[in-house]
Amino acid sequence: MTMQSQDVVKRSATTRPSPSVRHGVEVAKLIDTSTCIGCKACQVACAEWNDLKEEIGDHVGIYENPLDLTANTWTLMRFAEVEPEEYEFDWLIRKDGCLHCGDPGCLQACPAPGAIVKHANGIVDFVSENCVGCGYCIAGCPFDIPRRSAKDNRVYKCTLCSDRVAVGLEPICVKTCPTGCISFGSKEQMKARAQERVGHLKARGYANAGVYDPEGVGGTHVMYVLKHADQPELYEGLPKDPKIATSVALWSGLKPFTAGLMGLAALGAFVHYFAVGPNEVEDEEEETGKTRAAPPASKED
Amino acid sequence: MSGKSKLIQRYTAGDRVNHALLALAFILAGLTGLAFLHPSMFWLSSLFGGGQWTQFLHPLFGVLMFVFFFVAMVKFWKYNLLTGNDFRWLGRLGDVMKNREENLPPVGKYNPGQKLLFWSLVLAMPLLLVSGIALWQPWFAPMFPIGAVRVAGVVHVLSALVLFLGMIVHIYSALFWIKGSTRAMTRGTVTDAWARKHHPLWHREMTSGEKH
Repeated sequence: MTMQSQDVVKRSATTRPSPSVRHGVEVAKLIDTSTCIGCKACQVACAEWNDLKEEIGDHVGIYENPLDLTANTWTLMRFAEVEPEEYEFDWLIRKDGCLHCGDPGCLQACPAPGAIVKHANGIVDFVSENCVGCGYCIAGCPFDIPRRSAKDNRVYKCTLCSDRVAVGLEPICVKTCPTGCISFGSKEQMKARAQERVGHLKARGYANAGVYDPEGVGGTHVMYVLKHADQPELYEGLPKDPKIATSVALWSGLKPFTAGLMGLAALGAFVHYFAVGPNEVEDEEEETGKTRAAPPASKED
Repeated sequence: MSGKSKLIQRYTAGDRVNHALLALAFILAGLTGLAFLHPSMFWLSSLFGGGQWTQFLHPLFGVLMFVFFFVAMVKFWKYNLLTGNDFRWLGRLGDVMKNREENLPPVGKYNPGQKLLFWSLVLAMPLLLVSGIALWQPWFAPMFPIGAVRVAGVVHVLSALVLFLGMIVHIYSALFWIKGSTRAMTRGTVTDAWARKHHPLWHREMTSGEKH
């Protein structure tokens, strides 16, 4: 359920403005991948706070567990062994989950009014009771984050602990992180902190260090500090220049246009009926068995 | 000869039942689809028990619609091939719109407007089916790459537009515009005068046996 104390700046399948008189501060979570030790405390804390229980799976010889995000796993540590440059090795760990886009593709694709909302503070939240289970958000997301639950035919993802943030607490993953690599605050604060960390990494020789806050999706409310910001794909497929796919924009953009054309066509038929009128078999045709030979002299044109 | 009492058989009982089921499936698939086309029509989902039910039912109605359409297509495609005269007819759409069929080249079982409607459905129905399968949660969508699902969304909207424009013309013509047409699909017969007026070549074909 949406919190009445939070303003809604975007609401799926809704054409009129939502409550938005209050002034909120944009929040952000900053994940410094360079200080993450891969302990998965955030993953456990997320399951704990949100009462999620992942099914017990199989160990296949890698660190990811479970292997992918699911409706019960809203954040997942991803581990990548990579060669950023030739003869160089790096072990990259990234906490995956919803990035809370400024311009959310999931929200744009969603056909259910109010099933996805973007709060004034930047949190993109799925309102499960309005979810119809169509899965369009899965196709709309540039980061492949939302996951459908077979149990209730609804789609789930990280809420950025909107319930905690609404009462002035930080997200549970932030609270739990033992190295302090996850921090939370206003977006401005987090951007400043990110720059500080980037400067630090650069001083240590990581010339390509940078912040991941992609412009193509209107910036995100979960940002990463990356040692290899020039190659975000190294971090288990973080897209380099994410944006809402043209096909998704076309898909949702065509819908009002289509509805309008259907309405116009129906209106055209309505007007035709009153302007020209029905085409009836007239009595004389019925009786003589002959169709009119000549066009009527003064039929309305 | 009096045309008043004389009736000509146009559709068999099987044709009519299949058409009625097709129409019903179209209405149900159409209403559930409109609910997801635009927020202004989302309320239609209430008719089907809410959004979750609507999402579940829409693809089922859609598949039924395709099946009934397929049956009709197999039977009627051969009557819908365009001929040379048809293009002349289409060149005089102004006369068509103004009910001046006496200025038009004579028409057989189907007029070129009906034929074009038929072929637009032959295009739209398979596109709706294939794109609909790619969008179908939870059964089939997860089997497709996300890029394919996105394209399916675009295709589904555009082919639904083709279908709806065709259906608006079809329903208006059959129920309101061309009087005497509806009984072909409800009773199976049309009057002799109706056939002579709207489908003269077909009328000649149907009555030649008894005349000669």
